[in-house]
Amino acid sequence: MINFLVRRIVYTIPIMLGVALVCFGLVHISPGDPLVSILPPDASIQLQEQLMELYGFNRSLPEQFFSWVYRALQGDLGTSIATGRPVTEEVMKAVGNTLRLAWVATVIGFVFGSLFGFVAGYFQNSWVDKVASATSVLGVSVPHYWLGMVLVIIFSSTLMWLPPSGAGEGGSAEWVWNWAHIKYLILPAVTMSVIPMGIISRTVRALVAEILSQEYIVGLRAKGLTDVGIFLHVVKNAAPTALAVMGLQLGYLLGGSILIETVFSWPGTGFLLNSAIFQRDLPLLQGTILVLATFFVVLNLLVDVMQTLLDPRIARG
Amino acid sequence: MKSSRFSSNSALSPFRVAVLCGALAAVMAGPSMAAESVLRIGMTAADVPRTLGQPDQGFEGNRFTGIPMYDSLTQWDLSSYDNPSVLIPALATSWVVNADDQTKWTFKLRDDVKFHDGSPFNADAVVWNVEKVLNEGALHFDPSQVGVTASRMPTLRSAKKIDDFTVELTSSEPDAFLPINLTNLFMASPVQWKAKFDAVPADVTDPAERAKQAWIAFASDASGTGPFKMDSFVPRERVEVVKNPTYWDPKRMAQVDRVIMMPMPEANARTAALLSGQVDWIEAPAPDALPQIQARGFEVYSNPQPHVWPWQLSFAEGSPWLDKRVRHAANLCIDRESLKVLLGGQMGIPKGTVPPGHPWWGNPSFDIRYDPEAATKLMAEAGYTADKPMKTKVQISASGSGQMQPLPMNEFVQESLKQCNFDIEFDVLEWNTLFTNWRKGAKDPSANGATATNVSFAAMDPFFAMVRFTSTGAYPPVSNNWGYFGDDEFDALIADARTSFDDKERDAALAKLHARIVEEAPFIWIAHDTGPRAMSPKVKGVVQPKSWFIDIAPMSVE
Repeated sequence: MINFLVRRIVYTIPIMLGVALVCFGLVHISPGDPLVSILPPDASIQLQEQLMELYGFNRSLPEQFFSWVYRALQGDLGTSIATGRPVTEEVMKAVGNTLRLAWVATVIGFVFGSLFGFVAGYFQNSWVDKVASATSVLGVSVPHYWLGMVLVIIFSSTLMWLPPSGAGEGGSAEWVWNWAHIKYLILPAVTMSVIPMGIISRTVRALVAEILSQEYIVGLRAKGLTDVGIFLHVVKNAAPTALAVMGLQLGYLLGGSILIETVFSWPGTGFLLNSAIFQRDLPLLQGTILVLATFFVVLNLLVDVMQTLLDPRIARG
Repeated sequence: MKSSRFSSNSALSPFRVAVLCGALAAVMAGPSMAAESVLRIGMTAADVPRTLGQPDQGFEGNRFTGIPMYDSLTQWDLSSYDNPSVLIPALATSWVVNADDQTKWTFKLRDDVKFHDGSPFNADAVVWNVEKVLNEGALHFDPSQVGVTASRMPTLRSAKKIDDFTVELTSSEPDAFLPINLTNLFMASPVQWKAKFDAVPADVTDPAERAKQAWIAFASDASGTGPFKMDSFVPRERVEVVKNPTYWDPKRMAQVDRVIMMPMPEANARTAALLSGQVDWIEAPAPDALPQIQARGFEVYSNPQPHVWPWQLSFAEGSPWLDKRVRHAANLCIDRESLKVLLGGQMGIPKGTVPPGHPWWGNPSFDIRYDPEAATKLMAEAGYTADKPMKTKVQISASGSGQMQPLPMNEFVQESLKQCNFDIEFDVLEWNTLFTNWRKGAKDPSANGATATNVSFAAMDPFFAMVRFTSTGAYPPVSNNWGYFGDDEFDALIADARTSFDDKERDAALAKLHARIVEEAPFIWIAHDTGPRAMSPKVKGVVQPKSWFIDIAPMSVE
């Protein structure tokens, strides 16, 4: 087990280096001027050159890359070109906001997804299965930004029950878990939960169906185990995969919420990325991508470890 | 008995006194707290524009974190809906160029202005603010403010104090446009910055790093001289400003107690925020939501802005636009009224870069209008018919700041031109790429065979409205004369305008330049943006001028 953990952690080092290289490369090969956020196109050539030098963009790409990685290892992701604020501070604040949203969305998605999945799998081909499966297909298929807009039109613009954007009256800095703030979280969290709910539901349904068809279930029934007892066996066997899917979905939600966060002006990583992309703020963009990619790697690591704890055969493999 | 009962019931223990005082205070404070008038604004920006004096996010930045919190030496008159927005004094009361050396200007300053931190505004503050972007050796020099500032005052080089309320500004060459450029240099408080600098932890010893941290701190606790002062700031979420009761200009004294500005980059989100009552004012509502917004009782304000949405034409060898008849034909062949309908009425119909009635208009002999017959005739004279249309390619973007709705608008223009025997093909680029190519010019491989480009521009300042597109000195890569238009005549007209230091003479020279530009038609002028914004009917005193900016100070909230 310890060997497995050490091996798994060592693997993350080249992965992270590769991630850093891809982040840096993708951001720098895209067309456009790195100083576009602070330098209008009508700026003189002399001014452009002066700023390129002041910001260090006149250095070679390898030189810029190694300097960035060296500073990143010390927790310094540079300074945002557009705002002048430290990228690490900006990203961590946004990560906190996105985590808040992603956790709530994941919990909603996991609870309802598992519920629909287990019910659909246990009562295969019944009308319950069909309703649960249709709901999950709908969840996976509906564009979430569209759903977000529809929810906003219904619950904000028309019924005026919930606020359509932001993270509270005083902004996310003054966040507390009370109704005044939670009401800002409901619409984006529900919108965000729809895809993981659909994916988890479909995965769990397939798993349950497969487990129920195995011979040991017949054996359990033959031994006289009750339906509840059998169901618990099914849950225990399906749990590692469901957890893995949930972990990956949480990873996706952390990085893949640009549209939802923009639609709801939720000040998380997606909103930050959107801003960085449109302002072509390279340090902010590559810093945010690196942090999100790191989350993915760490989440995968955690999921692997949890799976191994639940199913020791994985470590032996 | 009565008195004793009174006495027993009203035994004023310290506790009761405290309760009574508290209640009295609450009653007295209640109305004043409840009476605080708040104006909440949803901006199109994805982040709060920088608050340290030189905003980013284009002119939206100047509109919301520039003009309300800061003043400049000169300013735009934003008080009229009907008249052109012209230059008026602000922190400078007067200015004059040195008769012997026209690169030197003397500016007289107001002597009754204080920054929000209480420190005085004076000549030292002006010198300090010029040096923050132009003197690399200054302790407070901030590279992040250079781009958005220096490019908008390209000839300013330095400032020198003459006395407490007189400064001398020096430009690189005689430049009558300098006072106009100075609307972009906002005055931040040197005293407040120094306090932030001194508060940087002592273990930060590198002066440049200390200065950088001081600017970051200043941005969260800014101090200018404007009608509003900063109260709180949450990066990327909101900035709150409150009324400055000691503002120096009674005409611009704030009427609202507090203004909250929030970035909401998505048009539908802004619209929902307005409809749900989360904000009182949104910039650029979703165009298809305008009928609903108006039906719910909200006000929509708009006015043609000094903004041009054109096709900028190439004069490089082989370009079909080298023939003036073709350029005129294209300008005559676009049904702009129908285009305006397509945009829900949110478009101004151009007659040139500036509208008739503007001091720089100049009565050009070529009248831009919709006349497809005249256009077809001109095309026939140039050798283009239905059987042999003029084929060419235009570079456009799918989106972009100031680009309005580029795809449907360009498709409309393409269809409109077809009737006059133009056969237009589009090369659709990502906005930043089109923007970057603008600087490279029509002869660069990035043009990809295109003979026109569709980059919209602001036309408030003569350099940015006219000079950079018509001067031979602005050929790529120096500036934005993408199409290589211009000759000795235009260079002479520009030189004349730049050296006409009397305001009226300068405007007359610019009018001549503008008239010749319209006559020679290096652009197809297609639209002016109208800067639509929607507001709650509670917001009163709104004047939307013919400008990119709007003055929040005279507005009130019922």
